[in-house]
Amino acid sequence: MRFDSLLDSLGRTPLVGLPRLSPSPEVRLWAKLEDRNPTGSVKDRPALWMVDKAEKEGLLTPGCTILEPTSGNTGISLAMVARLRGYNMVCVMPENTSAERRQLLEMWGAKIIFSPAAGGSNEAVRVAKRLAAEHPDWVMLYQYGNEANALAHYETTGPEILEDLPTVTHFVAGLGTTGTLMGVGRYLREHVPDVKIVAAEPRYGELVYGLRNLDEGFVPELYDESVLTTRFSVGARDALHCTRQLLEQEGIFAGVSTGGALHAALAMARKAVKAGERADIVFIVADGGWKYLSTGAYEGTLEEAEARLEGQLWA
Amino acid sequence: MAIEVRIPTILRNLTDGAKSVEGKGSSLDELISDLDSRHPGLRDRLVDDKGGLRKFVNVYLNDEDVRFLGGLEAKVSDGDTVTVLPAVAGGRR
Repeated sequence: MRFDSLLDSLGRTPLVGLPRLSPSPEVRLWAKLEDRNPTGSVKDRPALWMVDKAEKEGLLTPGCTILEPTSGNTGISLAMVARLRGYNMVCVMPENTSAERRQLLEMWGAKIIFSPAAGGSNEAVRVAKRLAAEHPDWVMLYQYGNEANALAHYETTGPEILEDLPTVTHFVAGLGTTGTLMGVGRYLREHVPDVKIVAAEPRYGELVYGLRNLDEGFVPELYDESVLTTRFSVGARDALHCTRQLLEQEGIFAGVSTGGALHAALAMARKAVKAGERADIVFIVADGGWKYLSTGAYEGTLEEAEARLEGQLWA
Repeated sequence: MAIEVRIPTILRNLTDGAKSVEGKGSSLDELISDLDSRHPGLRDRLVDDKGGLRKFVNVYLNDEDVRFLGGLEAKVSDGDTVTVLPAVAGGRR
């Protein structure tokens, strides 16, 4: 495949079957490999869509500064787009974030402003909103409330899934900004009767890398509960267990949040088997495991990994 | 076999400190009543005056939010795991 530039290569990611983890030939699991995007995560899609929209609306002009609260992937995607399009990038990020993420952001030229660890993502949002007020010339794209975030998935991820797998019955993804679930969910609901849209969120109080939790007292403006069929709460141990299963059984090296989505996908698969129904269950591999190696999530026993993840809340 | 119910820290004063207790019933409603017979006060902490789940309590059946499964009418059976968690005030919905 040939593309005119890196940004043109975004999307059209592989959808791969999981023959070993699927319970039967009638109930199949499929992984959408979003780590195969330019910076290695699903966030490249909303990042490009948000920048394009801001350019069209005249908010962004050459030399502008983009501001975004982000614990990692969105910031990395935006920093890459900003570099290629000639913008400055400022990320507000909780201070207890993995070294890999900080280094990647700085390599793509982003400036990082740290927010206190205690408040997590919510605190990063608060700090970013304050900075936006102090710097009226900075442009905050605000992934939690920017329709272009969900629209990127409505226009690309959703159609790609339907084209590759017209028999899709379930879509499962992690719940963070909610953009993936809202965008893909709306698209599939318009085209697939009775499709099930399933959210996987981290269990409150457990510290799972890469996942964000709506129950911290902050509901993203993009969230519309009516798009969802159901919602799972996944603990760190189950997320880690599934992340390892995905690697051991199917060879896929994914981040821990993907394990959370797989846990929910497997639960829906068991229900389909029990009900004697066929199912084609697609879940999102949001990113690869590379950025989380230093967390210890992939070393030693499950118990050791779970213990190491405690306290490493914000990726 | 019974249904395992995981109790959050703030409600363990009702379960003599136990992190999880066991109960029976065919619906979440029956299960909570069964638990209340041995742990008086538990039902009141989970269910409001109108007979629905309290707003700031989240209940999960095998990790799935019961609000999407019919709330108190959700069907439960032996071997299931129910997890009760407090929701932070000002949170969801």
